Amino acid sequence: MKRLLLLIALWGWHLTAAAGLTIEITEGAQGALPIAVVPFGGTSPEDVAGIIANDLKRSGRFRPLPVADMLVKPHQASEVDYRDWRALKQESLVVGQVNGGPGNYQVRVELLDVFRGQGLGSWQFNAASQRDLRATAHHIADLVYEALTGERGAFATRIAYITGLRSADGKERVAVQVADSDGASPQTIFSSTEPVLSISWSPDGRRLAYVSFENRKPAIFVQDVYSGQRQKVADFPGINGAPAWSPDGRELAVTLSKDGNPDIFVLDVASGSVRPVTRHPAIDTEPAWSPDGRSIIFTSDRGGQPQIYKVSAAGGEPQRITFEGKYNAKASYSRDGRYIAMVTRDGGDFRIGVLDTSSKAFRTVSDGPLDESPSFAPNGSMIIYAARAQGRGVLYAVSADGRTRHRLTLDVGDVREPVWSPFSNR
Amino acid sequence: MNTRTLALAAFAALALALGGCSSMKKSDGTEAPVSDATGAGAGAGGVGAGGGRWSGGALDDPSSPLSKRVLFFEYDSAELRADSMDVLRAHGSYLAGNRGTNVTVEGHCDERGSREYNLALGERRAQAVKRYLEADGVSAAQISIISYGEERPADPGHDESAWAQNRRAVLVY
Repeated sequence: MKRLLLLIALWGWHLTAAAGLTIEITEGAQGALPIAVVPFGGTSPEDVAGIIANDLKRSGRFRPLPVADMLVKPHQASEVDYRDWRALKQESLVVGQVNGGPGNYQVRVELLDVFRGQGLGSWQFNAASQRDLRATAHHIADLVYEALTGERGAFATRIAYITGLRSADGKERVAVQVADSDGASPQTIFSSTEPVLSISWSPDGRRLAYVSFENRKPAIFVQDVYSGQRQKVADFPGINGAPAWSPDGRELAVTLSKDGNPDIFVLDVASGSVRPVTRHPAIDTEPAWSPDGRSIIFTSDRGGQPQIYKVSAAGGEPQRITFEGKYNAKASYSRDGRYIAMVTRDGGDFRIGVLDTSSKAFRTVSDGPLDESPSFAPNGSMIIYAARAQGRGVLYAVSADGRTRHRLTLDVGDVREPVWSPFSNR
Repeated sequence: MNTRTLALAAFAALALALGGCSSMKKSDGTEAPVSDATGAGAGAGGVGAGGGRWSGGALDDPSSPLSKRVLFFEYDSAELRADSMDVLRAHGSYLAGNRGTNVTVEGHCDERGSREYNLALGERRAQAVKRYLEADGVSAAQISIISYGEERPADPGHDESAWAQNRRAVLVY
C-alpha cells in the first residue's frame, strides 16, 4: 500500500487534467449479493463509501443498499445491531470512518457478515490527499470483493483510451488518456492532430506503447505515464503498428510492413532490434501474447478472411484458432489465459466475442452494430470495449458473464480503443 | 502468379476491352463520361479531355481525368474496380511521361472491423494502385504509399453511403 500511495503521489504532476467520463449502468444483474456500505463517519472530501458501493455495483456481483433505505448509520462494528441489517435482507455490511485532514487522513474500515453476526476483516490506511482517498476507496472495494468472492478485485486499476474531438473544419484532435477504472481523474498523456491508435500497457503499468502519425507516417512510441518521458521505438518504412508488450516487459510484438506486407515481429525495446515471427504474403497484424509469453495470437487473412491464428513466440507454423464467423480480429487473452476476447462479425454487425480456450465454446457478449477493441480487466471479471451509441464513440464494460453492463461517455467528443491496465502493486 | 495478380491482370484486360469511352462513377454516385486519357497526360498544357484548350498544367485541368484523384473499393477488398481504370491509366501515362513528378498514394478504409487490420488493408489498397501504375510504366521511385486505415474518413457518417466514400485510395501530387 505504501508503494501505491507513493505512485499516486507522483501521479499527475506533469499531466493535464482532461474532461471526465460519465458512467451509467445500462444493464443490471439478477442474483447479485445484497451489501450495505454505510456512509463513513468523520469528515472526508470524498464519499469513500459511495466510491466503494459504486465499484461493487458495477461488477455485477453486488447489489448495494441505497443509502436512503438505511435505518441506522453505524461507523464501527461495536455500534452495529445485526438485527437492523437482517431485517433489510443484507448479507454483508461495510462500516468505516475517515479521520484527520488534508496531508494526513486515516481511513478505518470493517467488513461484517450479517448472518453470522461477525467481522470478516478490518483495515486501516493513511492517505495524504483527496486523490489518495479515492485510490484508498478503490483499494477497499478490491479487499471487500476478494473477501466475499474469493477473486482478486480490479477496481484500483486504470484504463487508457483514445479520445477524438472533431473541430468545425473536420479535423480531429486525438489524445491518449488514462483514467481510474471508474472513469474518474482522467489525464491526457499525449495529444496530436494526426492519427494516434493502438495503446498497450506495460506489465508494470508504468508505460504505454502506441502508434502515432505525428511525423506523417505511423511510428511506435513508448511513454512513461508518470514522468511523461517519451521515446520512438519503431520507425521502419511502411506500417509500424499494433504494439503489444510481452509479459516480461522487455519486448513488444509489433506489425511491420518493411519487407513489403504486414507481418508480426518482436522488438527488443532496449536495443531496438527486431526478429520476424511470421512471414506470409497475407495481412498478419494485431499480435497479443499468451500470459506465459510462449505464444502470440494474431489476426491474419491468409485463409481469405480475417481470423485468429496462434504461433510460437519463437516463430514457426501458425495454427488457426477461430472457426466461427467470417470475420474475427483484434484478439487478446484474459490474464489467466483461459479466455480470448475479439471482434467478431455477426451478420452485418461487429460485436465482441469470447472464446473459451478449454471448452472451445464461443459466445457473443455485446449487441452493438460497431463494437471493437475488447480488453479484459486484469482479474478477468469484465471486458471493456468501444462502441457507437447515439452517434458518439463510447465505451462499455460488460461483466464476463454478460449480465451487467455500464457505459462510459465523454462530455464532448468520441472515446475509443480502451485498454485495461494490469494490477497495480500492493 | 498468385490470385491477386491474376485478378489485377483480369481487371486490366477488362479495362482495355472497354476502350476509351467507358463511363465512370463519380463520387456523388452519378455517371459521367470519361474519355480515354492516354493523350491528355503527356506534358503540361495538353489538350483537356473535354476538348477545349487548357492553358495551365495538365494536372490542374478540371476536365481531364487527371483531376480525378480518388479510387473506390469494395468492402474488405483491395481489388481495383473496373470503374477506376480510366483514371488510373490517365495518371499512369502522365507520370510515365513526367519522370520528375512524384505521387503519394494514400490507402483508406471504412470504420468497420478492427483498426490495425484496416491499417493493413489500407496499405494493400495503396499497393494495388502502386503496382498498377508501375505496370503502366511509372517508375517505382515516383510513387510512395501510406495507409491511414480508418483514421481519416472522407465522410464522418456511419452508414453504407459514408463507408463507400471512405473505402478509397487517394492520389496526392
